[in-house]
Amino acid sequence: MNETAAMAELDIDPYSAENLHDPYPMHQRLRDAGPVVSLRPYPRVVACARHAEVHTVFNDHATFISGAGVGLTNFNHETPWRPKSLILEADPPQHTQTRAILSRVLSPKAVTLVRATFAAEADALIDRCIEKSKREGRIDGIRDLAQLYPLKVFPDAVGLQVEERANLLLYGDMVFNSMGPRNELLAKSAERVGPVTQWIMQQCQRDQLRPGGFGDQIYQAADAGEISHEQAPMLVRSFLSAGVDTTINGLGNALYALAHHPAEFAKLRADPALARPAFEEALRWESTVQTFYRTASRDTTISNVPIAADTKVLCMLASANRDARKWPDPDRFDIGRRPTGHVAFGTGIHGCVGQAVARLEGELILTALAKRVACIEVAGPHARRLNNTLRALETLPLRFVAA
Amino acid sequence: MPAIVFVHPDGSSQTIAATEGASVMQTATGAGVSGIVAECGGSAMCATCHVYVDPAWADRLATPLANELEMLECTAAERQTTSRLSCQIKISAALDGLVVRLPERQQ
Repeated sequence: MNETAAMAELDIDPYSAENLHDPYPMHQRLRDAGPVVSLRPYPRVVACARHAEVHTVFNDHATFISGAGVGLTNFNHETPWRPKSLILEADPPQHTQTRAILSRVLSPKAVTLVRATFAAEADALIDRCIEKSKREGRIDGIRDLAQLYPLKVFPDAVGLQVEERANLLLYGDMVFNSMGPRNELLAKSAERVGPVTQWIMQQCQRDQLRPGGFGDQIYQAADAGEISHEQAPMLVRSFLSAGVDTTINGLGNALYALAHHPAEFAKLRADPALARPAFEEALRWESTVQTFYRTASRDTTISNVPIAADTKVLCMLASANRDARKWPDPDRFDIGRRPTGHVAFGTGIHGCVGQAVARLEGELILTALAKRVACIEVAGPHARRLNNTLRALETLPLRFVAA
Repeated sequence: MPAIVFVHPDGSSQTIAATEGASVMQTATGAGVSGIVAECGGSAMCATCHVYVDPAWADRLATPLANELEMLECTAAERQTTSRLSCQIKISAALDGLVVRLPERQQ
């Protein structure tokens, strides 16, 4: 029997504006304090900021469950703001069933079928950005590129209508703010999303979805008896919650990384085949989803530190991805690195089910940049959009010089 | 420590000392064996850690779960009867000497 170890405590609020603006010094303090750290402002939470513990927690889904919510709120005691997700906030055996359907719809094989369309859209969008940059002296890497691309290609693939897609941004912002505390960010998000929630659920209905798209394929699974017809719109909702704001910020953060590391962009230009690993490295270096929680289903330990049943375990993905115990020179953005094992998509049975689509979007945008843009220059100060869970940019002024 | 033998498409091989409890994929990526990409990091989500298990060993491995079988339909190189995702093969002392062949391509 291993001896138990004491738990360090730090007076850190991961949701303070300061820490949301620049989380990296906080990550360092948490990693250095120990494998599991309690946070004074949140007595029912423990935090894992190192790679090894985040990996362990995510891969022990029986002990560290998702059904009590993957945010700060503990669904065992508090009511979720919306009906629970059938996949994100679910555990086996129900999770296994819904996960199998989404895995199939979004499999690497399925993704090859949308590749040509996604590639043509990426090339056309980068050309439009180059023209605008020439005409106006700058573009906004977020509004003109990182938002437009996922808002076009992914809802198209799901089979959504073209109108009012900006609603997806408000919904995504709310979903990811809801995983933090009931702070001002959440209150503002909730205010904005109010009228949109009904629109979202309408878009999940079968008659709103193009036959053959990802959304319709969920209903086909219901026709085949794999899930009920009442569950189908709830699974379609998962596409709309998790498939847009995540990739937007993944692309935005990758643009930010490349704009601030011209030598890395030059490497990508010299070898566009690096697009895929470069996107991977951007996900490691500046992880879109910063945090997810699990809930201890029983009294247990993490790295010999006792954890009481019902404790919320804060898994700091972005911190794990910069843990020097795992990555040499972790703060360096290096597209020559092969960051296998980063946890930007999570890991284990809840690992991002849409990761093949996300990687495709990242690869295609970075490939188009590598082939069409000679250099990416910073054209003004960027601004962050604070969110309780996401690392996001509001604006990123850039200049694209045509190749 | 159990040893795992990786055979490259050109016939050359590498023998890597593995940790019990780790996966064959982790063993390969940890030692920098080329030919295992493992983009998803071990969640059976990408099919880029595909290997052909040597027929002498195939029956000695735990049976693949449904999610692995589903993902094996997405391999870049041809799927064969002994195809497995190396991230789903957990190493035990009983697998000392396991031989896996690497496919021509993963993506």
